[in-house]
Amino acid sequence: MIKIERRDETSNLIYFLTPVLAIFLTLVTGAIIFYLLGFKPLEALKFFFITPISDLYGLSELLVKATPLCLIAIGLSFCFKSNNWNIGAEGQLTFGGIVGGGVALLFYNHEGFYVLPLIILAGAIGGMVFAMIPAILKIYFNTNEILVSLMLVYVSKLLLDYLVVGPWSNPEGFNFPETRQFNDSARLPVLFEGLRIHAGIFIALVSVFLAWIVLFKTYLGFQIKVSGLSLKTAKYAGFKGKTMILLVFMVSGACAGLAGVGEITGPIGQLHRMISPEYGFTAIIVAFLGRLNPIGIVFASLIVALTYLGAETAQIFLQVPKYTGQVFQGMILFFLLASDFLLFFRIKFLGFKKYEY
Amino acid sequence: MNIDINFLGILIGAIMASSVPLILAASGELITERSGVLNLGVEGMMIIGAISGFALMVITDNLFLAIIGSMLSGLLLSLIFGFLTQSLLTNHVATGLALTIFGIGLSAMIGKDFVGIPGKEFPLLFVNLKEVIPLFGPIFFGHSIVFYFAFLLPFGTNYFLKKTKIGLIVRAVGDSPISAANQGINVLLVRYCCILYGGAMCGLGGAYLSLIYTPQWIENMTAGRGWIALALVVFATWSPLKVLVGAIIFGGITILQLHMQAMGIRIPVQFLSALPYIMTIVVLVIISRDSRKIKLNTPTSLGQIFYKEK
Repeated sequence: MIKIERRDETSNLIYFLTPVLAIFLTLVTGAIIFYLLGFKPLEALKFFFITPISDLYGLSELLVKATPLCLIAIGLSFCFKSNNWNIGAEGQLTFGGIVGGGVALLFYNHEGFYVLPLIILAGAIGGMVFAMIPAILKIYFNTNEILVSLMLVYVSKLLLDYLVVGPWSNPEGFNFPETRQFNDSARLPVLFEGLRIHAGIFIALVSVFLAWIVLFKTYLGFQIKVSGLSLKTAKYAGFKGKTMILLVFMVSGACAGLAGVGEITGPIGQLHRMISPEYGFTAIIVAFLGRLNPIGIVFASLIVALTYLGAETAQIFLQVPKYTGQVFQGMILFFLLASDFLLFFRIKFLGFKKYEY
Repeated sequence: MNIDINFLGILIGAIMASSVPLILAASGELITERSGVLNLGVEGMMIIGAISGFALMVITDNLFLAIIGSMLSGLLLSLIFGFLTQSLLTNHVATGLALTIFGIGLSAMIGKDFVGIPGKEFPLLFVNLKEVIPLFGPIFFGHSIVFYFAFLLPFGTNYFLKKTKIGLIVRAVGDSPISAANQGINVLLVRYCCILYGGAMCGLGGAYLSLIYTPQWIENMTAGRGWIALALVVFATWSPLKVLVGAIIFGGITILQLHMQAMGIRIPVQFLSALPYIMTIVVLVIISRDSRKIKLNTPTSLGQIFYKEK
């Protein structure tokens, strides 16, 4: 017989080591899947995880993809830590992109230094306002924020689709579903000539730093942590639950909005239908893999960005579909969640004697 | 006039056909949710059902095997979800999302050799009646067996939940797993069964797309229908018969878009597409602020991890 019981305490070391275990198990299972589909497993893994980052261009691409993931996941960590399930970051990213892009088009003929900050601010506010919808509905009508934030993803994506096909489409664009290319003054500067890595990475790094301070050094961070551990305790301590719900959603939405505006003013340079390859959903994996810890999220965003990059490389060299990266993203989260079981529970072997419940 | 009536019949028939995958997936997910489990992996299980059904059809040339296989593959994928959330007590939301992401990726990998292969004609029933009876002919006849199954399913689900003992047990587990367990009900077993059933129905919904509705394999061909099915369960306030009504409304919106484009009506299609999602949010607000309404059918323990100290 075996018996499962809750552990009294969990060691901090194991807490941060299980993500490594999850990544290892993902690689092993990935190799098995590649083998079953008729590829040489080690060669496939090499194309997936080593080839893409073996030159400077690849490393720059890795950071380009990790930047939005990191930003969104930082925001999500505020929500998840306090037990608020915002899973609509993809929608907040899109809406931030729409508002930021709208400002960029509005200031199309301006070339001042103020244009870019204005666009970025607009994007952050856009994402923030969009995230306030599920928060306010949750506070006043007791609606489920998971479902509302999820539904809004599709609403914002369809709105973007409408805008780039219709009123905002490039007048000289032969009816392609895209806006004009933004002016140079509306673009985030590229850091190195010939590479795509852009100044957006600094926005991400600053947000990591700020998140660390807020979460670990302020009263608000303490409130968030307590509410996540026990809502009853939080109420007993007299924390204002409603204000906090609104606040964490606003932080989370602003981060997603920043990621969206960072994409359109950075690598993309215009609005079109596909401004994000589901970064908003993938960032949920990043937040979990990083253990909702700002530093952890930085590492996690690099690892998950590699699955995007690896899928692109493998598509070229192995002719696998670009969606292959998602197999790895899904598996990482499966294994991570599964290994959490060992963190919080212990399995006791009791021999084969029948025992009393 | 005759032509108009026939056109109306064909239009309604098309709306009903487009709502079939939604009815199947939503009915399955409804049972899962009524047992207190929120599985956000609907889209992933549907797309895996779509590719497995199509691949089996190409390999075995047997449509019956293809249908069974699609249900089994949806079931297998939901088994991952069941094992993680029920046995390893993982978070329902995160696990379900991982399932969808994983399913979309895996289906594309499996399907890479099946892109561009033409599908097979699926046998349709009562084709001769379709031509004979005006209006009702094209609505009710000349459809596949899966179509008829889908439209009977909500009635069966309703009967199961309201009139049978097992249905009562499922509801009890969803509303209060702890009291159910104290009554001697094996909560884990019930939830596993509901999760697997939900997976099988999602798989079937996916197979309807790749075998019958648009008989071919296209990457990501479910195109968000899984998320609409999830919305539908909420929209229907967890009541099987309302799933039927909701699916026809949501399916109707899809078909209407196509016709409006053809007729040149100047309402942006995107606004119509967004309607199901906006309507779901409105319904959520209405049912959530009235605690009596939400108590009526909503499984109280939805999405909560159940763990019984032994």
